[in-house]
Amino acid sequence: MYQFNYQKAGSQDDAVSALSSAEDGKFLAGGMTLIPTLKQRLAQPSDLVDLSGINDMVGIQDGGDSITIGAMTRHVDVANSDVVGSKIPALQHLASHIGDPQVRNRGTIGGSIANNDPAADYPAAVLALNATVITNKREFAADDFFDGMFATNLEEDELITAIRFPVPEKAGYAKFPNPASRYALVGVMVAQTGGETRVSVTGAGQDGVFRASDIESALSGNWSAEAAKGVKMSDDGLNSDIHASAEYRAHLISVMASRAVDAAG
Amino acid sequence: MPTVSMTVNGKSVSAEVEPRTLLVQYLREHLGLTGTHVGCDTSQCGACVVHVNGESLKSCTMLAGQAEGADVTTIEGLANGDDLHPMQEAFRENHGLQCGFCTPGMVMSALDLVKQNPDPSEKEVREWLEGNLCRCTGYHNIVKSILAGAEALRG
Repeated sequence: MYQFNYQKAGSQDDAVSALSSAEDGKFLAGGMTLIPTLKQRLAQPSDLVDLSGINDMVGIQDGGDSITIGAMTRHVDVANSDVVGSKIPALQHLASHIGDPQVRNRGTIGGSIANNDPAADYPAAVLALNATVITNKREFAADDFFDGMFATNLEEDELITAIRFPVPEKAGYAKFPNPASRYALVGVMVAQTGGETRVSVTGAGQDGVFRASDIESALSGNWSAEAAKGVKMSDDGLNSDIHASAEYRAHLISVMASRAVDAAG
Repeated sequence: MPTVSMTVNGKSVSAEVEPRTLLVQYLREHLGLTGTHVGCDTSQCGACVVHVNGESLKSCTMLAGQAEGADVTTIEGLANGDDLHPMQEAFRENHGLQCGFCTPGMVMSALDLVKQNPDPSEKEVREWLEGNLCRCTGYHNIVKSILAGAEALRG
């Protein structure tokens, strides 16, 4: 790692002002991506502003027809939450299958979506469940938040404080994990919320997470695993790498979508 | 350089370290606790697993500064003098290792599992070990060791 200054912020305001006064600062959430990135010298921030001491960014609130999860809430806490388990079991399932137990003990929901790794799980949940990303400046609709691989529409000094998930009628998530990293080779979340059907795909797209409109149309008329499986996805814009070809990923999208529908019931 | 203080295996410790110092470097290079290993250095293999405030995590993917004030337990903190901890004893009895490099992380990870789930099934043990890689044993005796260790700890 290159040298950097480290400081722990005590409040959201502290964190934002520490970042603004740094030459080239970065927020540090759970660090499950940022620290490995620093170790490989792929980034060289002047300052790290640790968010782990900001208490009002941690926790899960039951808002009746929605759940609000603080940005610094760890995957293990979402996985063990009774509120999430009873209202959005698909989200609990997703959180409990991220990485491994030690990663889930550190990684946070805010860190995951701010990073927008093209194979991360949470971006799929934000998009399919039509969540609202709340920052210190504004609220983003899910469709306006992500902006391609490892990119979002956050400004430099903008801090995600929480994510609000509307409670869906039905939702399911299925992923085909890379056997070593547990990142999604393909992960699909399907959801019906307020009569709207949304289907998101992570792990497959060259531009990161995206909505599969063909599967959304198929499921809108006929919510069934067969309908999802019957959609032949194009491999245009999908990733090919040592783990899977674009053609194989296209096939997996329909298969994972059908399993997600089965899981949603 | 900033001073980082924490409690390691019940003892208060303090060291001046660069901010970029990882927890595993702090333990190995500043405290001489070399039982915690660095394997892949990419947070996949789990050789560096320690407990921080009672939870297992990968000490190669945490800055020492992030553990300021924390209560840390490493493999050196388990045995009572010459008496091995029941989980360590179970690994010895069941030949749960070959080269032994992954063993400290395996033991620390296993103890976090049995704390949450004192009577895990074989399947639960195998799923839990997702973040711990062993290149010698094929895992079979490690799983046997953890099941035996869990049983010993239930008493």
